[in-house]
Amino acid sequence: MSQELYTNLAIFVLSLLVGFEVISKIPATLHTPMMSGANAIHGVVVVGAILVALEANTTTFYVIAFIAAFLGAINVSGGYVVTDRMLEMFSKPKDKGNSNKGGDK
Amino acid sequence: MSGLMTLVSLCYLISAICYVMGLHMMRTPKTARNGNRLSFVGMIIAVVMTFLIVLEKNDTTMAAWWILLVALVLGVGYGVYRARTVKMTDMPQLVSLFNAVGGGAAAAIGTFDYLSKANGSSLSVAFSLPVILDLIIGSITFSGSLIATGKLAGKVSGKPITFPGAKLLNGIVVLIIIAAIVLTVGFPTSVWTLVTAIVASLVFGILMTIPIGGADMPVVVSLLNAFTGLAVAMAGFVINNQVLIIAGALVGAAGTILTLQMAAAMNRSVANIIAGGFGTGDSGGTSAADDVPVNVKETSADDIGVQLAYAQNVMIVPGYGLAAAQAQHEVAELAKLLTDNGIHVNYAIHPVAGRMPGHMNVLLAEVNVPYDQMKQLEDANSMFENTDVSLVIGANDVTNPEARKPNTAISGMPILDVDKSKSVVVIKRSMSTGYAGIQNPLFSDDKTSMFFSDAKKGLQEIIASTKEYLDQ
Repeated sequence: MSQELYTNLAIFVLSLLVGFEVISKIPATLHTPMMSGANAIHGVVVVGAILVALEANTTTFYVIAFIAAFLGAINVSGGYVVTDRMLEMFSKPKDKGNSNKGGDK
Repeated sequence: MSGLMTLVSLCYLISAICYVMGLHMMRTPKTARNGNRLSFVGMIIAVVMTFLIVLEKNDTTMAAWWILLVALVLGVGYGVYRARTVKMTDMPQLVSLFNAVGGGAAAAIGTFDYLSKANGSSLSVAFSLPVILDLIIGSITFSGSLIATGKLAGKVSGKPITFPGAKLLNGIVVLIIIAAIVLTVGFPTSVWTLVTAIVASLVFGILMTIPIGGADMPVVVSLLNAFTGLAVAMAGFVINNQVLIIAGALVGAAGTILTLQMAAAMNRSVANIIAGGFGTGDSGGTSAADDVPVNVKETSADDIGVQLAYAQNVMIVPGYGLAAAQAQHEVAELAKLLTDNGIHVNYAIHPVAGRMPGHMNVLLAEVNVPYDQMKQLEDANSMFENTDVSLVIGANDVTNPEARKPNTAISGMPILDVDKSKSVVVIKRSMSTGYAGIQNPLFSDDKTSMFFSDAKKGLQEIIASTKEYLDQ
């Protein structure tokens, strides 16, 4: 096995373990935003798309590069925006709860 | 390593830390939003660094720059537009769509790299194995998620679609995919191997998703999320980019955990869910009220108003019917009316209620339901004994006491113990069975009264009548 592959494999496995550890502590209530947040993170694929796109030099490669960059850009931008929108709602009830208490007396 | 590459590598590491910390901060609603923003900062760093690498190499054609620019602008425009305009009830299909595009992008990267080296020469396993896995997993995710999106949006039938010979066809496609892996790893590159692998994987993604019914969607969406993560990680192996590997692995882990949790919440194995066709047996009668138990007690909005107005503890049990009717605003209005009059209101949320993990929580958060009123399964179950009125809105199987008996379609599935509360009101359009296709004895229980109505309309009537009694 080459050194490069070994390093990448080690990074992959350790990241999986970190992922399991971090994610298993997230409560069910936040599962949708967490999943959407994870969705945004795999938008990092756009980095790969940029790297290959700028090596393109024939029509076939231009087409594939366009597809990769277009799809990746949808993923990363939409993912973060929609997660933020959702989490904005989750952080609101806090203030709401307080004002309710004030109103109840 | 050149100076620039050292800088880039260190910045990639910082990005990775941002993703991990960002996910970590999603543990509480208070920090979750900043967590997502931290993760976004990590993403910006990764993208900027990537452009630095390319500028340093300086061998890019003008056409490539333009194509990249146009693709990014269009992609960002479309992504942001969809993200800003989506209704909270439509969230599952959007998440599924983002799975599809992520998988598609990963597959496209794999295709690009394979083609750029496909000159009939042999490749090292370190390259060929990740590249073919990237292509296969990415393509399966792409087509599978698009079908899932269609099902969730109601454009493809949400019912399990099965046809004779499906298993055989599945088997053939799997064999083709395995053959493609062997050919890629063991033999010189060929464009035809690549094309075959892509087509077979796209077909497999469709075959895998169409037999799965609506209520199993939380599992499928989670599984496809895990797949996307893996595809992105494989793309990272292919282009030797560690930030892709780390981020992909994190998402793969997230999706896997959710998949297992969702499956456990239905007491079924992932394999059983993917095999599909669940509940097709006798769920054909979804429209008619066939085989209705005789002792069902029907009630009116007026009676429910009295019950609620004189209750102390009310538990609201939302299900997919609430999302389908988009009745979350009415629920919140009713709850506010009750709380303002000193009645305690909580929400009992089953892990698989709705069409994606945590679906109900998002809807309730949209209408400002306080976080601490959303009770997860175990907490809710400890509260039912002291609940005066349980208001079941568009939920069915997750409340079915049959799950406690052996040998039913849902035996062993953890349920909300709604039948333990002092009285139960069920708002439902008809007596039709739920996804599991079996009758729910809760509906014919002595303390249960049924209110046959669309969730939105029914709740509006209940709000009006409750108001009357509270004002007296």
